[in-house]
Amino acid sequence: MNQLKEAAIETDVVIVGAGPAGLFSVFELGLLDIKAHVIDILPRAGGQCSELYPEKPIYDIPGLPVCTGQELTDNLLKQIEPFHPTFHFNEMVETLVSLGTAEKPEFRLSTDAGKIFHAKVVFIAAGGGSFQPKKPPIPKIESYEGKSVFYAVRRMEDFRDKNVVIVGGGDSALDWTLNLQPVAKSITLVHRRDQFRAAPHSVSAMQELVAAGKIDFRLGQITAVEGEDGELTSAVLKGNDGVEEKLACERLMPFFGLTMKLGPVADWGLQLNENLIPVDTEKFETSHPGIFAVGDINSYPGKLKLILSGFHEVALAAQKAHRYVYPDKKLLFQYTTSSTNLQKKLGVS
Amino acid sequence: MAKMSFEDAATRYGAEPGGGAPTKVKITFVDSQGQARSVEGEVGSTVMETARRNDIPEIAAECGGACACATCHVYVDEKWAEKTGKASQMEEDMLDFAFDVKPNSRLCCQITVRPELDGLVITTPAQQG
Repeated sequence: MNQLKEAAIETDVVIVGAGPAGLFSVFELGLLDIKAHVIDILPRAGGQCSELYPEKPIYDIPGLPVCTGQELTDNLLKQIEPFHPTFHFNEMVETLVSLGTAEKPEFRLSTDAGKIFHAKVVFIAAGGGSFQPKKPPIPKIESYEGKSVFYAVRRMEDFRDKNVVIVGGGDSALDWTLNLQPVAKSITLVHRRDQFRAAPHSVSAMQELVAAGKIDFRLGQITAVEGEDGELTSAVLKGNDGVEEKLACERLMPFFGLTMKLGPVADWGLQLNENLIPVDTEKFETSHPGIFAVGDINSYPGKLKLILSGFHEVALAAQKAHRYVYPDKKLLFQYTTSSTNLQKKLGVS
Repeated sequence: MAKMSFEDAATRYGAEPGGGAPTKVKITFVDSQGQARSVEGEVGSTVMETARRNDIPEIAAECGGACACATCHVYVDEKWAEKTGKASQMEEDMLDFAFDVKPNSRLCCQITVRPELDGLVITTPAQQG
């Protein structure tokens, strides 16, 4: 136990999720001198905003007539800079164990990358849960995953001199078609239509490779796979005309985007209601003292899954968090417009 | 400021003045196993919202209706395809992330319930996400 304690990262708060609610938590907690570590399974900040709709306009952020998901994320990151949060990307919080008491909570969290955190309070801002690749409904596909069916490229060498089938028409499908082409023995790109929702230069580069006979493009979908012991030998292509054909291949990469799964949050012993975490509307605290749930993942009467609701929730939750982190300090409510104390923290005084 | 008449108010809140067109229509969802469930859909809401409100299975609607996730994928009964209309460019793009897309595939967050859709029949796929 002592060894674990030594290796642990000590912090005031761990924020689970780096979407808008998680990012603005850093701000509201920061104003109250509560230091944050932020953990997210994605490789970057922004959550749904940057993953699902980076280019789509949002019109209902107060004071911002229009901004894209990515612009909102970038602005939030700028806004929280003065508080120097530490981000841990590509990591999922697996366990959350309570070590303290209701009056003096303390938590131990561990991630799938093996990091341990000790925190006085926890903010769960996990939205719809963790993003995971969508797996197509191909019978027995799971027995090939990690060996010959991949949803992401970890090592290019896994594809050297292999016949590779890539399915999809978005940026991931096209990027990996282009990147793996020089390495693989052959590439067959399969998509349901001959239009692509991807960067125009990737689309034209792919079309040039098809025209030069360096890769194959086929209209349709993959409906079955064959192989042994997790090693693929062929995939069945069903063309848009309904005709089926066997494609000999050793690697298959389906790119159908990401889906949200609640994931380990379900095992943390918190009261749940249809995959949401019930909270009160005064402090946005869960059934466990010291654990708060903010943004899309919480539920309460009248809840609206709006970014602006998340912002409101974190401001109130931060007030209660302060009582746990600084039990002996009296919290004075102050405005950023007039308080030199707050302005100092923001680096503008 | 002029006082709003009853008729103005009724128009504003979606009802037709004079009690003409219906404000509720029947929508039938057939799941991938062939089980049919008929529910009332409110004119002005979406087929996705109607499904969610009535606990229709096989519709995830992860993004909540922003046409950003492709997990409210449905097949529109061919007899109704003309009335529900075609998918927009944005919707077609999102359908790239759905499974087993067919010519009658739609994302049902993009179908608004209208009086002429009374009787609409929708089939849901076995897998959304």
